[in-house]
Amino acid sequence: MAAEENSGSTPAKAALWRRPVFRSTVFQALLVLAIIYIGNTLLNNTLYNLEQRGISTGFGFLDVEAGFGIVQTLVDYQETDTFGRTFLVGLLNTLLVSFLGIIFATIIGFIMGVARLSKNWLVARLAAIYVETFRNIPLLLQIMFWYFIVLNKLPSPRQSYDFAGTIFLNKRGLSIPSPIFETGFWIVSVAIVLAIAIIIFISRWARARQERTGEQFHTFYVSLAILIGLPMLAFIAAGSPLSWEMPALRGFNFRGGFVIIPELAALLLALSIYTASFIAEAVRSGILAVSHGQTEAAFALGLRPSFTLRLIIIPQALRVIIPQLTSQYLNLTKNSSLATAVGYPDLVAVFAGTTLNQTGQAVEVIAMTMAVYLTISLTISAYMNWYNKKKQLVER
Amino acid sequence: MTSNEKSNTDLGVPDEAMIEITGMHKWYGEFHVLKDINLTVKKGERIVVCGPSGSGKSTMIRCINRLEEHQKGHIIVDGTELTDDLKFIDKIRREVGMVFQHFNLFPHLTVLENCCLALIWVRKMPRREAEEIGMTYLERVKIPEQAKKYPGQLSGGQQQRVAIARSLCMSPNIMLFDEPTSALDPEMIKEVLDTMVELAESGMTMICVTHEMGFAKTVANRVIFMDGGQIIEENEPESFFSNPQHDRTKLFLSQIM
Amino acid sequence: MANQTTPLPDLPAPSHSVGVIGWLRSNLFSSISNTLLTLLAFYVIYLLFLPAVNWALLDADWVGETRDACNSGGACWVFISARFDQFMYGFYPESEYWRINLAFGILVLLLVLLHVKQMPHKGWLSAFTLFGYPVIAFYLFYGGAFGLELVETSSWGGLSLTLILSGVGIAASLPIGIVLALGRRSEMPIVRSVCVIFIEFWRGVPLITVLFMSSVMLPLFLPEGSSFDKLLRAMIGIVLFESAYMAEVVRGGLAAIPKGQYEAAMALGLNYWKSMGLIILPQALKMVIPGIVNTFIGLFKDTTLVLIIGLFDFLTTVEAGFKDSHWLGYALEGYVFAALIYWVFCYSMSRYSQNLEQKLHTGHAR
Repeated sequence: MAAEENSGSTPAKAALWRRPVFRSTVFQALLVLAIIYIGNTLLNNTLYNLEQRGISTGFGFLDVEAGFGIVQTLVDYQETDTFGRTFLVGLLNTLLVSFLGIIFATIIGFIMGVARLSKNWLVARLAAIYVETFRNIPLLLQIMFWYFIVLNKLPSPRQSYDFAGTIFLNKRGLSIPSPIFETGFWIVSVAIVLAIAIIIFISRWARARQERTGEQFHTFYVSLAILIGLPMLAFIAAGSPLSWEMPALRGFNFRGGFVIIPELAALLLALSIYTASFIAEAVRSGILAVSHGQTEAAFALGLRPSFTLRLIIIPQALRVIIPQLTSQYLNLTKNSSLATAVGYPDLVAVFAGTTLNQTGQAVEVIAMTMAVYLTISLTISAYMNWYNKKKQLVER
Repeated sequence: MTSNEKSNTDLGVPDEAMIEITGMHKWYGEFHVLKDINLTVKKGERIVVCGPSGSGKSTMIRCINRLEEHQKGHIIVDGTELTDDLKFIDKIRREVGMVFQHFNLFPHLTVLENCCLALIWVRKMPRREAEEIGMTYLERVKIPEQAKKYPGQLSGGQQQRVAIARSLCMSPNIMLFDEPTSALDPEMIKEVLDTMVELAESGMTMICVTHEMGFAKTVANRVIFMDGGQIIEENEPESFFSNPQHDRTKLFLSQIM
Repeated sequence: MANQTTPLPDLPAPSHSVGVIGWLRSNLFSSISNTLLTLLAFYVIYLLFLPAVNWALLDADWVGETRDACNSGGACWVFISARFDQFMYGFYPESEYWRINLAFGILVLLLVLLHVKQMPHKGWLSAFTLFGYPVIAFYLFYGGAFGLELVETSSWGGLSLTLILSGVGIAASLPIGIVLALGRRSEMPIVRSVCVIFIEFWRGVPLITVLFMSSVMLPLFLPEGSSFDKLLRAMIGIVLFESAYMAEVVRGGLAAIPKGQYEAAMALGLNYWKSMGLIILPQALKMVIPGIVNTFIGLFKDTTLVLIIGLFDFLTTVEAGFKDSHWLGYALEGYVFAALIYWVFCYSMSRYSQNLEQKLHTGHAR
């Protein structure tokens, strides 16, 4: 009888303070209050301390004249430019060294990763020595080694290493001719874009043709030929609209051309070689993750090793490699901040270093610097999560 | 008359040797793993190879499609001798199909794509034609509805049947089975064995390394017992199971029957 | 019907496929491209390794007191032996070296004991190592009590400072990381968001900016007048930074524990903290010990960055050594020595972590 009476009603509720929902709400509310309180105290302390030391707040300093020079700038910069401009210069330098570093590290890393799996015992051992050596020595030490030891041994400008009278290597950097694009050059640019479009079209067409008739096409070689040939034809047709500004020795130094300063070179070398050792391990783990049975099944079906690699091994290996690769790229970008140690003017050195010293506005400067790195990290992480979800092997 | 009693003359097929192995030895480093193997397999024959683990039975059949290399002796498959020459290895691999213990399906491709892969890239077929052939064989192994699924979504028995279909798509003359049911749950063994029986009855030349003696009794022309890298005993199934000649054969049979 | 009546004997393998010649053939000279690679490898060895071995070992000077002992053209290891104490202890007073030695000696003993299989009371031992030992170590290093002379942190330096930074970094970031990892998996949205933001923030910024922040901004956060030890500032920055990475490592371990464990603990009537502390965390932590060791290796290398804020870690002391007027020009020896020490530590730890990983994998039933 009791059952019939209770059949429609809800179960009895426990006392308020015993219910998990209530407790968690109270806990979270307290947490939020605590955070607000701490934040407020810190803020007040900071404002007070800043006032005491006569340091201004706000972002007005970005419009103030900087008054210091920067060794390498990708955009025009003079000492009379603002602090805001120094931020831009530093940011571009960071992006430059990260971009180049990622390219070199990937190339070296893939070579070393594959080399480590080579059947040639010597090559595999040497690659292993490479990985184990550079992985276990702090990056800062490697940067300083390259800068203070290796690059220091380069001769003075007057006795530079001379490559065919056009490229000069000395203590002050690597001077290479810089291209001057004359009026007809736009034709070559158009040719490059056209070449890329043609290549995309051809690879689509070749794939469709293979689906239809089964015939295979040497897409790769044809694409390469077009990519090189078409711009070259355009170049000749436009009358070679390219001249070079040659570096020339004037006084104690080289002027003209494009200079890769030793600071950048040392940073690049160290970053690339260090990160490559981690990338090599990522590549190796990816290839090893593909079970040997996959190769055997492909061979048993009559697939040549080259096709097996392309269709079976690499797609599966990349699943494992790419997440690790992205995280190494992030590390490289963050590690580029060590530029301070050798005086390369990256974002941290120029902004969180010199600008901070000049203005004393630590909070704003460091916050802006951190914001840049955070944005880069979060964007790349978000991309990586999306990529992982997309590429997951479909299972029950 | 059971299936294994249909001889080649009944089928109207000439007695040509599909596989001839003479004086074959193989070493793994210093370890002598296959000793003086002599084996002839005629067209349409079904051979079952059994023996304790480590006896070299898997190694022997893997030498036939060059997944393993032999150091001494000769292996001739359908008239072509198996050497280091890549051209001949390719030719032989196109004619010999293999089904593995752990299926080895390509997890990043659908079931149908698994079947069509070799047709498109090795036989250079247009996709539509390849897919038709793929579907034909998927129907033959009785799972055409799984064509668009990925291997990870299938049961073990289904995966192995896909593996069989994948090999059959290349129209091989010989099928090698390396312990095809050893990795399966018991309730799925039957579906795979049924597929293999159907394949045998259609006249396929087969060498099958297995512990499933029921299959041997139903389908095999010959049962071969290997131990310690050698072929110890070879006989028709009836004589083999009822009257083993060797002590080691007797011991082995007593352990598995 | 072939019937082998007797087992055939094992024949020796053909000579071209085994032995030294066989190995050489298959590994180094199996094809034309392979042979070319081998020759290239030999060339690289000739170009890099031989001169290096020459300089570092064969021509080097090992014994002496001053730079006059170095005149052979090879490496001058006298520089290292002469300044060795400084490299190890920084500016710590020589009479008090025994305190540093004692502190590290106790730590080594504790770690060894933790590895002895039959050791009883491992739980107490771990708790002592994590909570009791740091107090002892602190008083040994700093002094000012128990009759020990006070040694300011500005005198700390060298390899001992590097080890102190790494040790404190790991010891402090582990508990914080565990709390963060648990928080990130919490069902309370505010707790989860706070932890996620915290973790992603510290993981997204470079350590240098964190060190800048802690050395420049921390004094601003505090009420006026309170001074802040420079070493303490660096430690706080490092701990906050590493705890985010540690949180991710622990999170991996927590995710790998099968759901059944959580359910079994709940079914037994254990509340959240008890089930975490008694069932889940012991398993999770044991599983990610390799990950924890890897984080430690990273931290050990990261301590070199404190150079930027003016602390004298091992690398900086070595640098100060060869910038000294007595030893100018021996930068290469200094860097090579420093690199060697770091390498020995990091490589041993990574080997240890690999060993652990193998042992734990085979032990853990999947």
